[in-house]
Amino acid sequence: MKMVRVIISFWVLLFVNVVSAGVDDTVWQNELKAQFFAGRSISEAENIIAIEAPYRAEDAALVPIRITSKINQTNDKYIKRITLIVDKNPIPFAAEFNFTPLSGKADVAMRIRVNSYSYVRAIAEMNDGQLIMVKKFVKASGGCSAPIGADLDAAMKRLGRMKFKLPSTAQSNEPNLAQLLISHPNITGMQMDQVTRIIRPAYYVEKVKVTFDGQPVLTAKTDIAISADPNFRFYFVPQSAGDLHAEVSDTDGKTFSQTYRVEP
Amino acid sequence: MKYTMLLCLSLFFSLFTVLSQAQTKETFEVQKIAPGLYFHFGHHELPNRENHGGIANIGFVVGKSCVAVLDSGGNPQQGLVLKNTIEKITDVPICYVINSHVHPDHVFGNRSFKGKGVQFIGHKNLARALQLRSAFYLQRSEEQLGVKLTPQDIVLPDIMVADSLTLDLGGRLLTVTAHGSAHTDNDLSVLDKSSQTLWLSDLLFVEHLPVIDGSLKGWLKELKELSLLKVKRVVPGHGPVMGDWPAALKPQVDYLTMLLKEVRSMIKQGKFIEQAIVEAGQTAAGRWALFDAFHKKNVTLVFAELEWED
Ligand SMILES: [Zn+2]
Repeated sequence: MKMVRVIISFWVLLFVNVVSAGVDDTVWQNELKAQFFAGRSISEAENIIAIEAPYRAEDAALVPIRITSKINQTNDKYIKRITLIVDKNPIPFAAEFNFTPLSGKADVAMRIRVNSYSYVRAIAEMNDGQLIMVKKFVKASGGCSAPIGADLDAAMKRLGRMKFKLPSTAQSNEPNLAQLLISHPNITGMQMDQVTRIIRPAYYVEKVKVTFDGQPVLTAKTDIAISADPNFRFYFVPQSAGDLHAEVSDTDGKTFSQTYRVEP
Repeated sequence: MKYTMLLCLSLFFSLFTVLSQAQTKETFEVQKIAPGLYFHFGHHELPNRENHGGIANIGFVVGKSCVAVLDSGGNPQQGLVLKNTIEKITDVPICYVINSHVHPDHVFGNRSFKGKGVQFIGHKNLARALQLRSAFYLQRSEEQLGVKLTPQDIVLPDIMVADSLTLDLGGRLLTVTAHGSAHTDNDLSVLDKSSQTLWLSDLLFVEHLPVIDGSLKGWLKELKELSLLKVKRVVPGHGPVMGDWPAALKPQVDYLTMLLKEVRSMIKQGKFIEQAIVEAGQTAAGRWALFDAFHKKNVTLVFAELEWED
């Protein structure tokens, strides 16, 4: 009898450990899957996209995530959309990126907030509607780290500043990497400003649209899980010289834009 | 009958326990670093369920009419023990609790000091920082510290310091200075004029890796100004009291300057944040306690700050 109890408590302990470490799919299985992909089947496979994330979030406010595609974007077969979800965040939907054949490669890198031990998952939707998912488990950081930008005044002062960063030489007719930096505090809601005593709603970048010579390259819908000063890396294919143009809008309806001249 | 008797007995004993606890209030060891200036040493540990977040240096200054608490501790119990210790040492009432900045190991003893006649002092940005972060700190307190913190544990400052403030403790003046974004965007330092002691809290780390949660460039700027002060000793937020000022600052300034240079040059070379997190500043490993816990976080923050330089 005593032995049995020892064994049982051992299993209970083991179970508790696993649950508290949070390596579980339950939020996804029970809620999120139906919420975002009701009635659709999603296969888990590594042949379309891969996701890179640090096993431990060094800074809860800024966790680099990189999604790389394993197929080229062609008119016949391309990745239409990648949705990024952080299971255990207060708002699990992080972003949705829409690509076109003109994107060249449906790669995208960004920085996100990870509040708790959680899976970060990317779901790719093909142009024929097929859904393929990859995921990585991220351990939340401990200590004083919080999923908040460190220097709010600096971010507010720079609000709306944007820049493109590209390698010095561009190659025509092949995928070129571009980085877009957007200065925005991306504040989570509910906090109160002590000076004005105003409760602010969340204030964040919600739309990003990048075109090359007027043709869409990347269109993103983003939410509060994106770190302060949103930063995206992606590809585009220039046939000849042209303008890389970004338009960004936030939840207050403010819009910001930036143009970069590309000369292959 | 038998049960009633038992119940009475157990009631009696629990009452007895409560009373005896009240008589022997828990206190902890404090060092007197100057007349009327005491500090409790925090060990170089991450906050965890054993230390319940009580890891920072905390202390107090005693004047003729007032005591000022210098950071309240990492949890309500540590705050209570600090309060008991103060009351054991002096009859002078506690008038002020100075919160050096928003981090949990410095503010979560606050609740135990709430009461008539006690004013909480913080940087003008402290209330905002608490508002932004506290929901997250509370949510994870049980898992991380083994202490369930509640909204009662968030104590907003009664007095907000925008520039500087002089507190008269009765024959003893404290200068409280608000700094620009440095360790955090809400750092205070406290100068005790009579003992020529500068309480820097987390503006200075000794032995424990400096943790950046504000601005690297801002921190270096503040340190430059602080280094000009003529003081006998400084008290860091983590690590031993240091007598040799500003020489005591050198390891920290060296580390921060090295980070600035390395990360800046990686950004210039077009390297990405993922690469910087893995590569930058690794030569400093081995020189600091808790390097593995905080260095990569530092690089992350520094990269995000410096990529807006040009
Ligand atoms: Zn701190």
